[in-house]
This record gives sequence, C-alpha cells and structure tokens, in this order.
Amino acid sequence: MSGHDHSHDHDHSELSDIELRVRALETLLTEKGYIDPPALDELIETYETKIGPKNGARVVARAWADPDYRDRLMKDATAAIAEFGFTGRQGEHMVAVENDETTHNMVVCTLCSCYPWTVLGLPPVWYKSPPYRSRAVRDPRGVLDEFGVHLPEEKEIRVWDSTAEVRYLVIPERPHGTHGWSEDRLAELVTRDSMIGTGLALDPAKRETAA
Amino acid sequence: MNGAQDLGGQMGFGPIELEDNEPNFHAAWEERAFALTLAMGATGSWTIDTSRFARESLPPADYLSSSYYEIWTKGLEKLLLDKELVTAEELKQGKALGPAKPVARVLTAETVAPVLAKGGPADREQEQPARFRVGDRVRTKRMHPETHTRLPRYARDAEGVIEVIHGVHVFPDSNAHGKGEQPTWLYSVAFKGTDIWGEDSDPKLTLRIDLWEPYLDIA
Repeated sequence: MSGHDHSHDHDHSELSDIELRVRALETLLTEKGYIDPPALDELIETYETKIGPKNGARVVARAWADPDYRDRLMKDATAAIAEFGFTGRQGEHMVAVENDETTHNMVVCTLCSCYPWTVLGLPPVWYKSPPYRSRAVRDPRGVLDEFGVHLPEEKEIRVWDSTAEVRYLVIPERPHGTHGWSEDRLAELVTRDSMIGTGLALDPAKRETAA
Repeated sequence: MNGAQDLGGQMGFGPIELEDNEPNFHAAWEERAFALTLAMGATGSWTIDTSRFARESLPPADYLSSSYYEIWTKGLEKLLLDKELVTAEELKQGKALGPAKPVARVLTAETVAPVLAKGGPADREQEQPARFRVGDRVRTKRMHPETHTRLPRYARDAEGVIEVIHGVHVFPDSNAHGKGEQPTWLYSVAFKGTDIWGEDSDPKLTLRIDLWEPYLDIA
C-alpha cells in the first residue's frame, strides 16, 4: 500500500473517463442548441419521483379488487392502464399476463432492455445485464431460485422475450388472507419484481410477523 | 446482427447481481447520460431502432465490459457522428467548433411531460391481410443478417405456434437503417422450451416471442 493520505478533490481531479465524456457531451450538445439542460433535469426528476413501480402496483391492486377492471386489463391493457393516466413512452402497447395456479409468467428482453416504463419506471441494473438476459429464457427456474422464488415442478413457466414494442406487465397471484382489502392496502403487497415475474406478491401473514 | 447484445441462451455470465433498494442511477453522470439520450432522441434525428443498432454494433468486448449507461453514451456518440450533428474533433474537445445542423425539435422542460405521455406508438394502418392465423404452426427463418434484427439467434429455425396477432407494427429491420418503416404484421409466437433448447430443456418451460411476418414461414 502506498501512503496517499492527502485529501483528494473529488469534484475535479478524480473525474473518471466516463464522467468527463458525458460532461463534454452535454456541453457540446448544449452549445449546438440540440438540447436544453432544464429538460434534462425534468426528465431525471420525472423518473425519480413520478414514474415507478408504484404505478404498476395500483394497476395490479385494482385488477385484484375489481373483476370488471381485471377483464378490461386482460382485454386491452394499454387502455385499462391509461385509466390511471399512465400512458406513453415504453408503455405504448401494453399486455397484461396473469399468474395462476398452473402458470407463472416472467419477462425479459434478451436483445436490449425493453421494460414497461409507464408502470414500472426504469429497469434495475440486473434486468439489463448479461446474467439475467442470457439465462431467463433458458433456465428461468434457476434464475427464480436466485431471487428466492421456488415454484412447484409441475408449474408451467412462461417466459416473454420483449423483442417488439409490446411491453408486458405480470399480474401476480393475489395472496391469501387479503379478502376485503382496499386497493391501497393491496398495492403495498405488489413488488416491482412480482410484476416482472422474478418475485411473488408479499404474503401479508409474513409481513405482519416481520413488522 | 449477431452482436454481443443477442444474449439469450449464452452461458458463463455468473449469478445475477441483486441490490436491495436499488436507485435508478448509481452516479450523477448516469442521470445525465440517460437524459441526454432521451433528449437527443426527441430531436427526431434517428429512430429507436437506429439507436438500438448503434448500441448493439459496439465491438462485443466493448459492449460486454461497459455498464449500461456507458453503452448508451457510446451509442449516442456514434449516432451524433453518423448523422453529422457533431464532428469527432468536437466530441474530443467537448465544445462546438462549427454551426449546428437543423433538428426537427428541441425538448424543453415544459414539453417533457406531454412528450413522454404521448410516447412513440409503433402500430400502423393495416393495408394487407395477415398471412397467419391464430393456431398456425410456423417456423422461424434461419438467417444471419449483419444488419439490425429482432429475431434472436436462439429462436431461429425453430417451430412454434401463432398465439396472438398484435397488429401491423413498424419493421425494425428496415427502420433501423433508413429504409423506412415498412410496417408489417406482428405476432406473439409460442414455443416449447424443448423445441428451442432440446431435450435437456425444463419440460415445463414455454416461451413467447414477438415476431414480425418476414421472420416466419408456415411450418
């Protein structure tokens, strides 16, 4: 170990290559007039605070609580999701796929990172990375094991590879012991991973024990 | 193209790295790289298919050793150069050395919400009937274009069944390369795991892949 014990200036001297590269790009594109930096701030703010998996959880909770809504969602998910005002980029053509006693659905994009932004926000790093993208289509049961999800051997695992502009939202099975719950309460059981198919909805019994 | 992006079925990448309470961005530069890519996309200088091709045509070693937003940054630089919106020297110096090229629009803070809410639907008018019906057995083509395609390698020359007819959608294989949208029918095709991976496949695995008509023949 060498004895570098002086303090570094992290704002200047230690910018990595990629930080410098992105900073240079932003400066250049701003000077050219192709971009307006406040729009960049607004884009970041939108996905940090407004668009995320809480949107999808509301959709799933309503599908559980309201059979008519569930039917509309299964028939035309884009329109049913638009009832919440969730529309647009990376959610233009939505399809809902429902888990049940015999089938478990799981979504991947082996070719890039297609993901239903309108209901789930931006994808986590693992979803975009080679280990998941390579294995989800060939060994989904092994993948699910790593997520702590162990399904009965007789259950069909249906893997959706998002190769087009169609985006898939998994509707997890409604947990037992939630009869009569409000949509707000149900939504708290719906995790991001349960809507990708790499998780299940939270079990209310276990939640209460944990709390 | 058979680039590093076509990951389905590849082996040896190790376990999935999970992170509790993962943030959207792991560094400030990732936020900017994300927003720069979206804002430049909004100028209308290229299509989403062109931008996917820019990323997947990075040299495989570079693609696989780059983080996600590094790939986006490198893809964006390629697009800017290809469309002659900037020069290599400008990228190097990080400043404008000549006049800008006109672009269709510039995204402003006020237009972010409406532009995102509108999105970019890929469905188009139906001008000719669909060649396949639900339940038809089809075989995917054996093909290896050096250009953009959304037929993954693992699903080529494989037999499946038409399960859903999505409608007529922009054809990425042409749209990525400035050859127009050439809208064509898009289907959800169901495959058995064993028909893709052979007898070692999980017998209870099935796959659904969205495939355009030119990728398919009657089985």
